[in-house]
Amino acid sequence: MLRKMTLMLAASAVAVVAATGFAAAQDTLKIGASAPKTGPLAGGAAVTHWPNIKLWIEEVNARGGLKVGGKNMKVELIEYDDKTSGEEAVKNIQRLATVDKVDFIVTPYSTGLNVATAPLIARYGYPHITTSAATDNVPEFVKRWPNSFWLLGTSKQLAEGVADALAKLRNSGAIGKRVALVNVADAFGLELVGAGKPALQKAGFDIVYEASYPLGTQDVAPIISAAKAATPDAFVAFSYPPDTFALTEQAQIQKLDVGAFYVGVGTAFPGYAARFKDNASGVMGVGGITPDSKAIQDYRKRHKEVTGADADSWASATTYAGLEILGQAIERAGTTDKAAVIAEIKKKPFTTVIGEVNLADNVNHNIWAVGQWQGGSFNGVASAGIAGAKAPVKKDAWK
Amino acid sequence: METIVTGILLGGTYALVALGLTLQYGVSRIMNLANGETLVAACFIAFWLFTSYQVSPLWGLLVIAPVAFVVNWAIYMLLLRPLVDRAKTQGMLEVDSILATFGLLFMFQGLMLRGFGGAYTSYAFLAERFEIFGTFYGLNRVVAFVAAVLISSALYLFLYRTRYGTAVRAVAVNPNSASLVGIDVARAAALSFALGGALTACGGALLSTYYTFNASMGVVFTMKALIIVIMGGVGDVRGAVIAALILGITETAVARLIDPGLTLAATYALFTLVLLFRPQGIFGRQQA
Amino acid sequence: MRLSAGEIWTGLVGAFAVGVAALLPLFDQGYYLALALNIVLYAALCTAWTLFSGPTHYVSLATAAFFGLGTYAVGLGLDYLPFPALVLAGGAAAAVLAGLVGAATLRISGVYFVIFTFGLAELVRQVVSYAQTKLSTRMGLYVFTDFTEKHIYWMLLALTVLVFITGWLINRSRFGFAMQIIGNDETVARHSGINTARLKIILFMISGAFIGMAGAILAPRYAYVEPPSAFNPMISFLVVIMALLGGTLRLWGPLVGVIPFTLVMDFVSVRFPNDTSIVIGITFLVIVYLLPDGVTGRLEQLLARIRQPRSHAEPAAVKEPA
Repeated sequence: MLRKMTLMLAASAVAVVAATGFAAAQDTLKIGASAPKTGPLAGGAAVTHWPNIKLWIEEVNARGGLKVGGKNMKVELIEYDDKTSGEEAVKNIQRLATVDKVDFIVTPYSTGLNVATAPLIARYGYPHITTSAATDNVPEFVKRWPNSFWLLGTSKQLAEGVADALAKLRNSGAIGKRVALVNVADAFGLELVGAGKPALQKAGFDIVYEASYPLGTQDVAPIISAAKAATPDAFVAFSYPPDTFALTEQAQIQKLDVGAFYVGVGTAFPGYAARFKDNASGVMGVGGITPDSKAIQDYRKRHKEVTGADADSWASATTYAGLEILGQAIERAGTTDKAAVIAEIKKKPFTTVIGEVNLADNVNHNIWAVGQWQGGSFNGVASAGIAGAKAPVKKDAWK
Repeated sequence: METIVTGILLGGTYALVALGLTLQYGVSRIMNLANGETLVAACFIAFWLFTSYQVSPLWGLLVIAPVAFVVNWAIYMLLLRPLVDRAKTQGMLEVDSILATFGLLFMFQGLMLRGFGGAYTSYAFLAERFEIFGTFYGLNRVVAFVAAVLISSALYLFLYRTRYGTAVRAVAVNPNSASLVGIDVARAAALSFALGGALTACGGALLSTYYTFNASMGVVFTMKALIIVIMGGVGDVRGAVIAALILGITETAVARLIDPGLTLAATYALFTLVLLFRPQGIFGRQQA
Repeated sequence: MRLSAGEIWTGLVGAFAVGVAALLPLFDQGYYLALALNIVLYAALCTAWTLFSGPTHYVSLATAAFFGLGTYAVGLGLDYLPFPALVLAGGAAAAVLAGLVGAATLRISGVYFVIFTFGLAELVRQVVSYAQTKLSTRMGLYVFTDFTEKHIYWMLLALTVLVFITGWLINRSRFGFAMQIIGNDETVARHSGINTARLKIILFMISGAFIGMAGAILAPRYAYVEPPSAFNPMISFLVVIMALLGGTLRLWGPLVGVIPFTLVMDFVSVRFPNDTSIVIGITFLVIVYLLPDGVTGRLEQLLARIRQPRSHAEPAAVKEPA
């Protein structure tokens, strides 16, 4: 009895496989991705970058693939670890382009790696849709590499957003004008403070304490205590994930009670809220999501289902949107010809999870600059060009 | 004042990091570059015990320390003994052990990457306020400091007040003479290596309560530990503790009073001064 | 300068090999050129490293610090000086650092040297970051030139040749002879009147200078230079492993290590991207337990045994062990 059943099951399985095999003629679209799986940026890439690639490909293939011309093309991923090294990244792009001969390349992760690989990607003519590079040099890059598109905004936008959010709080009487400003001594931190300090001063704030610390510093107690000694009304730190966490913990322990507490990258990670629970409420950081957007809520749900982890509230959605744009551009162009797809990306706006994105001049001008944890959601409170910001709330005292 | 207390607390952290290596290098003569990996592995295990089974890291020590002891004993007997037997001079053993433990460093890192991924991990344990002289400090750091004091004291008592401990110290001073007076040098070396590993693992478990760690961070800890061990005088536990405290206070003072961007530079400056003027370290003996 | 027949022969073979290697960009400008570039880069770095660490047996982990200095020299000076001057400047900066480090650590035992160089790249990275923070609002430096892969490849090839020639000249000179004595027994060397500390420092500076120049040449390839990638400690580790794998007893020893290791690593990173660390670890362990003098050391041992008068060859045909 059992044997007969097994035979029948096997037979039907073969039939099903044969049937799908004979379905409409399918090609595969080869997409290459090179990003950190090891090295200093592996942690960030594991949260923001790789899961979105996985999610997008699964969804595209689940609905039959991309419709290119008359064909359905399923997406096949070829992935490499660049070990957070520019050298490895360049080698991987070479390999993807000349040995694996992929049709398209997913953007690398982080400003540094995107810039290191941009000349090469441009040389091979691939569309380069960056979603994790935030830098002030975007206009220059676009001139150099007309095939590149920059979705995450510039450091200037992000820093001015901070001044904006703080000004809103001051205008509502929640805080005074004394600001303690620290930054991680790394490219991003420097750009942010370079734009942030003048923006804050222009908005009428006094910088009562400033300091910078090396990347990887774990013992931030001296910084917090020095900041506390300056009796600030607001604390702004342009920091990276490990120090973001460390600064928050120290501020909580030393009771640095300010009306506005901003820490940089990492605040938008689901791990941040998980770690600090109630104390995360009211903390501001880079990024933010459109609070009432159904598209975003839907996206976050799917992200959790398919990848098992929560999306972050900054570059995750943008990374996904970048892939959506690539897919839609390929479908619109009706061909896998790289130049045609690049032209298509600039022609008309796209509908994505982060709203409508217009890349006519290769740059996405509408980004969330500052988000704040409000009721368990990292809502956008200051933006460049996006509507729907929630008002920033004053931070309660640390518990 | 506050700077000094913070510095002392940090010194306690560093002592935890360096004590294990003091034994391993001082007695077993193994320059264990994989020391930091043992520490990070302990961090991950403490994290896993805490998040999956709600076991406090302090209780977790009862599991982590013996496991680390056994693993390090195995490493010494299987991997490092052949090198000890093979080496004709102290210098050769050092170079060989550096390379071998270097290999272990990468292997452990690779295994941890596979097991835990490359992401930053941290958890909150005793992240509450503890007041000392009117300023607040993290309770987790204070607890770690107290633990460091207890562990160092226990180690000190073992080394200076017991017979076997004195034998171990004799091996640290001069293995050849030690074997002449009937001390089983091989056994002492293996025991010290294993004990050193267990100490480092304890340090790791305690550190994990207030540090953010990931699989690639071992190297940072090894670096600091090496500097402290050399500064304190190789093989001398008292020296290591004092060096750790000096380092902690110096780093905190530089961060607070000069600039947080120069902490490593300050560490290195201190290290260079020691190398130039007292290369045998605080408690070391003048080498022939 | 009198050259033995063996040396002339080696020189010709070497020149031929370099000529063939230089032709590669004409055949492939993509992935294989990138791979070859990596090989030539590490050939230069490892041979330069062996110039010092071979004779002295001091394991230097300072490669990343010198390399990064070279890269930064180009990054900082690109708007002010021509590229060749920057390459020399990079080499000079690295040599100065090598001199300082050497003066501080080479007078005492080798272990302190290793430890010091272990963290040196981190230290330099921090200091450079600090300086950048204070002096400018940018951390990363953009290096945009008209050089393409093949130009960098040829420059590195030229540098490698230069390193080899320098090494060969040193070996033939009194300097090299003194280094050999130091390497065999430092106490004897000192008692023979050799100023061991000074010689070690000079050799370290020469080695560092070449590494710095390699870093400078690579700068255009990175396009964006920032401290974490310029002073990446992995560079130091990889150089050590490849040089030791090949064997440091001979000048061309590291080359024997560089080529297979780079190919294996490439293979592994493509098929098992998550396991590269484990492969490196295993390689180190293999070196320590099975190949303490590297592949070339083992080969020479085998050759020596083959040449032993165990066969029935005439006594006159017996040569001394290599």
